[in-house]
Amino acid sequence: MLYARLITMRLFKAVIVLFMIVIFNFCLIQLAPGDPAAILAGEAGATDEEFLRQLRERFGLDQPVYVQLWRYISGIATLDFGYSYRQQVPVLDLIMARMPATLLLTGTAFVLSLALGIVAGAMAAARVKKPSGSLIMALALVFYATPLFWVALMAVVLFSVTLGWLPAYGMYTVGAGHTGLALALDVGKHLVLPATTLALFFMAIYTRMTRASMLEASQQDYVKTARAKGLAPRVIQRRHILRNALLPIITLAGLQAGQMVGGAILTETVFAWPGIGRLMYEALQQRDYNLLLGIFFFSAALVIVFNIITDLVYRLADPRIKEGS
Amino acid sequence: MKTPLAAAIAAAAMFGTTAVIAEEPKSGGTIDTIIQPEPPGLVLGMIQNAPTRTVAGNIYEGLLRYTTELEPQPQLAESWDVSDDGRTWTFHLREGVTWHDGEPFTAEDVVFSADVFHRELNPSARAVLQHIESIEAVDEHTVEFTLSEPFGPFLISFEAGTFTMVPKHIYEGTDFRDNEANNHPIGTGPFKFDNWDRGTVIQLVKNEDYYEEGLPYLDGINWHIIPDGASRAVAYENGTMDVLPYGTVENFDIPRLTEMDNTCVTEAGHEYFSPFAMLWMNNREGPTADKRFRQAVMYAMDREFARDVLWNGLGNVPLSAFGSNARFQNDDLEPYDHDPERARELLDEMGYDDEEVRLLPLPYGETWTRWAEAVQQNLREVGINVTTEATDVGGWNQRLGDWDYDMAFTYLYQYGDPALGISRTYLSSNIERGSPWNNVEGYENERVDELFNEAATAFPDEEREALYREVQEILHEDVPVGWLLELGFPTIYRCDVKDLVTSGVGVNDGFKDAWLDR
Repeated sequence: MLYARLITMRLFKAVIVLFMIVIFNFCLIQLAPGDPAAILAGEAGATDEEFLRQLRERFGLDQPVYVQLWRYISGIATLDFGYSYRQQVPVLDLIMARMPATLLLTGTAFVLSLALGIVAGAMAAARVKKPSGSLIMALALVFYATPLFWVALMAVVLFSVTLGWLPAYGMYTVGAGHTGLALALDVGKHLVLPATTLALFFMAIYTRMTRASMLEASQQDYVKTARAKGLAPRVIQRRHILRNALLPIITLAGLQAGQMVGGAILTETVFAWPGIGRLMYEALQQRDYNLLLGIFFFSAALVIVFNIITDLVYRLADPRIKEGS
Repeated sequence: MKTPLAAAIAAAAMFGTTAVIAEEPKSGGTIDTIIQPEPPGLVLGMIQNAPTRTVAGNIYEGLLRYTTELEPQPQLAESWDVSDDGRTWTFHLREGVTWHDGEPFTAEDVVFSADVFHRELNPSARAVLQHIESIEAVDEHTVEFTLSEPFGPFLISFEAGTFTMVPKHIYEGTDFRDNEANNHPIGTGPFKFDNWDRGTVIQLVKNEDYYEEGLPYLDGINWHIIPDGASRAVAYENGTMDVLPYGTVENFDIPRLTEMDNTCVTEAGHEYFSPFAMLWMNNREGPTADKRFRQAVMYAMDREFARDVLWNGLGNVPLSAFGSNARFQNDDLEPYDHDPERARELLDEMGYDDEEVRLLPLPYGETWTRWAEAVQQNLREVGINVTTEATDVGGWNQRLGDWDYDMAFTYLYQYGDPALGISRTYLSSNIERGSPWNNVEGYENERVDELFNEAATAFPDEEREALYREVQEILHEDVPVGWLLELGFPTIYRCDVKDLVTSGVGVNDGFKDAWLDR
């Protein structure tokens, strides 16, 4: 099987890349100013030498850097990512607890932006030089250029404060005790604002890219041939133009998908969505290095996985692409 | 000048004292409030940072509680007495108290908590423990503390956050930090831990077996976790939250929120901590090493302006090193009023040559950034060449710990007694690299050391008072640090939440007495 060989090769390379990323991240963090023990002590508002010594010893910060690195790498080999300094909980537990919330948010935003972006882009391409096409492009430009946090805040002001339609923050209604379908509906309601906010920016990019690459594809000879054959314009749009215009969109979608774990810091913060992005931001602020390294690891792993998937999807979308070519 | 908010609080305080014709409290209802930032854990005694204290102060208790005048009140100890030499303190514990898991609370728990648990884990308790020779359980409900010498602040150290009572039957013989029970804290307090959905909410429920008859009135408390300041303000505006504790919204949002209907605000409940904002000035090198320069800084700053504009008129401009809530304040000292002319004279006298001075703002949000800008402007007006250098919390800690600054903002708790919260900033024995909370400015004065050390162990209080008055005169002249403001942190709440703040640490243990008039 060609695919099997391709995937094995890619996975082998991925392990090497991941290993290098781990070492690189570790060294990068050593360069950052700020001693985790001092920050923990600082947060406590009171400290003495004994307290600092206990903390450093507990987290192995009293060891030379190469010993720390060795311990860290051998830990990862057994899927042990160490303890969070601040929360005193295994890093893996923290990340796994936050992962579903983040994947729900970024996954919804991904599907939403991709689907709506391609539809809007295709519509704009079909309505070139018409006012409706220009309107779509103008909107896309606005969403592309507006800062995410501002859109988020304005959405909260309009839909939560003024209209009262949607909850402003959180993932579910605390204390309501919903289960089953009611819980799913509740989470869905909480999901609308953050997912839409997050989707807008990428949607704008997909729209612009779909339109541009469809317009380019529509100049090709095979489109003229298709027209000459007397095919309906709709069929030409869908089967001949859109399909050929898809490759750059797949590239971009692969990039976006790779960012799904760590790419929603702002949205998660504004909407109090309990995901990985917030965890990462807090870990950075508190110099919670083990936690930070753990999140880096998962983000990197996800980027690699989606790169592989993207390559496979290329082959599905365009059978002309073969291994090695 | 009083701002409208400050005036409203003052009026409410007066009204509060005249309207104590007690209404009949109603039972039931759940409070929704906010905790910011999310605490790292809830085992008080193991973790003492502000958010942990605020949530866990309702789960755990200390032997004593303190009024807003810092008078000790019975809590887990029913009564206490002291020997004539001030060295032996006996606490009589309340009977019939149980832990949340049903086990009885006894004198053994007190001995274990103080002598074993806190001695190992808790730096602020260690500061008191070094004066204690032995702790013994006389019988099941009596504990005797023997001090090596009288220690002035002894009786004020039993607040829940400092000397939390932890259950011996759960922790004895285990690795305290790895104990499974840390995920489900067990205390004696009015509320029990129920659930913590990290990043979303911490839920406490009523302790049905609480030893004080009828208390608590509330069925539970939901502490929501909302990382963004604007979203926290919205959560109050749209009616979800009943209470906004200190530090949950930016200062510039406060006037807007307090103008809402059914909204009350109070500054009370911080008396024990009495947060004191200061300006570290590096006494070791540069212009700040000169006493006249530091005095000039005090004259140059318009502290009333900072309070009225940046802090909504809340708080108090301090006279000197001892705040207004501190015991033994010497109020005969001449205040450092805003006097730019006097500041310029002092700078001329020392021959200040325009050398650059680096100022680190406190990285705790917008108000502190603006405050640094205001001070910078004040200092430039008298001819001081100031530049501000922004850092994040980690960088700020490190630079202060390494003494790599000229001036820096901070604020410190005073813990009710000069020997706990004030002397630590000025004692030369407290100069040590690596911590931003000790004698960071590097001030050394033998007489000051002597006076502080003597005063800590002098007995009775009249002896202490004389020593502390003298030390304040020296500090007032030397200005080791700048005294900026005794901060007023408002608690914003719906007016139908009653009896919310009833003690000197009311922000942390207030829900015990609170009830909903709905």
